[in-house]
Amino acid sequence: MNEIKPTQSIGVSKPLVDGPEKVSGKARYSSDFIPSDSLVGRIYRSPVSHAEIIEVDISEAQALPGVKAVITGDESDEPFGVLPIARFEYPLARDKVRYKGEPVACVAAVDVETAQKAIDLIKFKYNELPAYFTSEEAMAEGAVNIHDHREGNIERDVEFDLGETDEGLEAADLIMEETYNCAEIAQVQSEPHAAIAEYDIERDFMTVRASTQVPYYVHKMLAKTLKMEESKIRMIKPFVGGGFGCRTECLNVELICALVARAAKGTVRIVISREETFITHRGRPETDIDMKIGVKKDGTITAVDFKAIQRGGGYSGYGVVTILYAGGLMFGVYDLPAVRYRGLRVLTNTPPPGAMRGHGTTDVRYAFENLLDKIAIELDMDPIEIRRKNLLQGPKYETLNEMFINSYGLPECLDWVEKESGWKERRGKMGPYKGLGVACAHYPSGASKPVNWTGEPHATVHLKLDWDGSITLLTGAPEIGQGSTTMATQCAAEILGLDMSRFQSLTSDSKLTPKDNGSYSSRVTYMVGNASIDAATNLKNILVEAAAKKLEVKPEDVECLGEVYRAGTQDEGLTFNEVVQAALEGTGTITVKGNYDTMPESWGTKKYRGGAISGSMAYAYAAQVVEVSIDPDTFEIKVEKVWAAQDVGKALNPLSVEGQIEGSVWMGMGQAISEGTLYVNGLGITNNMLDYRVPTIVESPPIEVGIIESIDPHGPFGAKEAGETSLVAFIPALTNAIADALGVRPVDLPVTPDRLMELMENYEKTQEAAE
Amino acid sequence: MSEKRNKTLLHCTVNGKERDDVVKDNILLADYLRENIGLTGTKIGCDGGECGCCTVLINGVPNHACLRLAATCQDAEIETIEALSEESRLSAIQRGFHEKLGAQCGFCTPGMIMAAEGLLRENPNPSEDEIRQGLAANICRCTGYVKIIESVQFAIDEINSRGKAA
Repeated sequence: MNEIKPTQSIGVSKPLVDGPEKVSGKARYSSDFIPSDSLVGRIYRSPVSHAEIIEVDISEAQALPGVKAVITGDESDEPFGVLPIARFEYPLARDKVRYKGEPVACVAAVDVETAQKAIDLIKFKYNELPAYFTSEEAMAEGAVNIHDHREGNIERDVEFDLGETDEGLEAADLIMEETYNCAEIAQVQSEPHAAIAEYDIERDFMTVRASTQVPYYVHKMLAKTLKMEESKIRMIKPFVGGGFGCRTECLNVELICALVARAAKGTVRIVISREETFITHRGRPETDIDMKIGVKKDGTITAVDFKAIQRGGGYSGYGVVTILYAGGLMFGVYDLPAVRYRGLRVLTNTPPPGAMRGHGTTDVRYAFENLLDKIAIELDMDPIEIRRKNLLQGPKYETLNEMFINSYGLPECLDWVEKESGWKERRGKMGPYKGLGVACAHYPSGASKPVNWTGEPHATVHLKLDWDGSITLLTGAPEIGQGSTTMATQCAAEILGLDMSRFQSLTSDSKLTPKDNGSYSSRVTYMVGNASIDAATNLKNILVEAAAKKLEVKPEDVECLGEVYRAGTQDEGLTFNEVVQAALEGTGTITVKGNYDTMPESWGTKKYRGGAISGSMAYAYAAQVVEVSIDPDTFEIKVEKVWAAQDVGKALNPLSVEGQIEGSVWMGMGQAISEGTLYVNGLGITNNMLDYRVPTIVESPPIEVGIIESIDPHGPFGAKEAGETSLVAFIPALTNAIADALGVRPVDLPVTPDRLMELMENYEKTQEAAE
Repeated sequence: MSEKRNKTLLHCTVNGKERDDVVKDNILLADYLRENIGLTGTKIGCDGGECGCCTVLINGVPNHACLRLAATCQDAEIETIEALSEESRLSAIQRGFHEKLGAQCGFCTPGMIMAAEGLLRENPNPSEDEIRQGLAANICRCTGYVKIIESVQFAIDEINSRGKAA
């Protein structure tokens, strides 16, 4: 008997299915579509931070030969925004501008020089208003309202008090508190934003290609702002050069591009500069945090009381979600008997931030883990032990905000980093200016309640099987480099037992692929992976039926071995192609679909308004140990090595999981030691990749990845989030390592050498004074 | 329309093919490659000399195509990512970046691979530190560079074992 086995794809390291295009230069990103008849679009941006618009005079610009269209805020009076409750932003400003660089007008011209000349001819008349560049200024008494309907410039004031917080603090043996400031950071994804819009005047039809993580949201906002039927729009997402949340909501670029293409009655290409991409950054907001933790002598946490203020910029964006995440995601890592939270999302005259990788939780988790570490030192406890002391107790993990936690590999993550880093043997014995630090984190696997409630499933995948025996996977899930197409293909291939080479894929084209909500909040592996499994299972059932008929046996007696379907080991069986032929008889090409829906138990708590935010089907966990050395003269921080353990449920593709964790850790390092935007009177002065310091290959550390597999009962083959959690853990692990190395504890981010030196000098002064 | 610009008759070799093109004196090499002759493999990721996405080889040496005017490339030999495949197969470096996941989103990849190509031509057996120095002008925002270093090392091993076999 010949040994036939189905091909295994899950748990096997697989290069990306779209890798050959990327390494050969064949992959086409939005800016690579350069039709010879396309016009160049260029945006005129506000030179002031806050003003009433008196007039945008475009007459001279329009009269310039070679200019095909000039549009202003008059072009669309429909506001856009990701949250249905907070749509106050127009593609081009109307009535008021609210931050420096806000789009005011757009030109479409035959070439870039003409477009720029036309931009220079636009006359913008305005009446300047007082502008606020910090949360504090915007909230000060007497500040004018940036939006009329947001009194005191508060976009959202959220609070909850779960458990008995005051009693918990009273019962504590030790209470520590600290104030933290975390700088605004930007994604600095490799590809600047780009869009190309083709308006077909004969059919009144719009085709848009754009660098986005959410083509479905863009599609909806295009229809809204253009006032066109959704069926008259085709939205395509080509290759995308990174996301990290920078394009997790529809941006003004795509909308302006389509509006100006319609006005010009043709095709317009807008590729914005790196400086403009910084202005359109949608990064992590500057956040001020007051953190208070109460503990018993043995390290048991009795209560947490904290406050977060986020500088929200000129428009809402994801703001309400971000400030709710900052509170809700306090839960789920440790067993917390009482938590009080107050969160303020403030409107300011700076570019709006958004939903950056580690959305909502990163800065708050940093503050918590930094302070918990300080408490451990005060109690003379091992920082790993204080974390162990407060772990959630299973098998059913109940949090006060009713999180749906069915898998929890954090204890194993802690064990792994403790052992691999040589924590017990090395900590405290490394000599001066060297240290080890630890921290933990978690992150959801997608928001269980979608932003737009439509009643449709969370994810839908189609599989098309045709006479040639090839299978095409059709998914709307936006591949942005995270490997979603590879993941979906692996899931389907595993179910069918076929080699992945039998599969091709088509992604993110609204006329071909099923709708998908988008690539954000780490939802794709969990939701689209499950939908892909469902689709493949449905296809397999059809094939088994067909094989049974051909073999004249019952379907339950058919054994599917991928390339061979047979009834019993003595049977030679049918080849896959023979089964396909049998299945297509009388019906032709087969397209099956698979769906995925979240369970209502995972929809979050009703105990406070906004409790649905942070509800997820599963949470990934991370523990990290960072080793640092500090230059005693310059206070430069060198990250010597990182041990990053993450409970990803199941590593569907270990190679890709490693890549995600390494990238996360490294991005966390940027935020921790060098990244931060700066504004002078609202003008961004770090809007390039030299002044905004992203780490280079030279200072990037070796990262040892520990994959922990807790097998989530509802995840696809047990998988959950892999790409965000480790970013969150890095930042506190680093500051805790610095505290171990120097005896002084950094609080504000980023921890630059200047700041560290100042901290050290102050520390030495207080030491001297004490003597 | 824009006024007439001074133009140059540019004679150069791009990916092994001799060309004679009339180019505006102010056009960047990156735009010439992408817009005039359709080689969009070379990417533009910043406003000038910051990210390295547009790295190409000029006479065998890595250069930022966004910091170079096309008109200054008279008689130069220019190589872009599109030239690296050997008989339509991926080169050792390209294969390394594919197999070892040196490319995630792929946008910095063409520039990164061209920088690695320049490095290995100059120094076929670089140490890890030399790889880091050789790629220091290229920013990747996805990988944390761990797998980029492994990709280049994969290529070095493949080239060396091929050399031995021959």
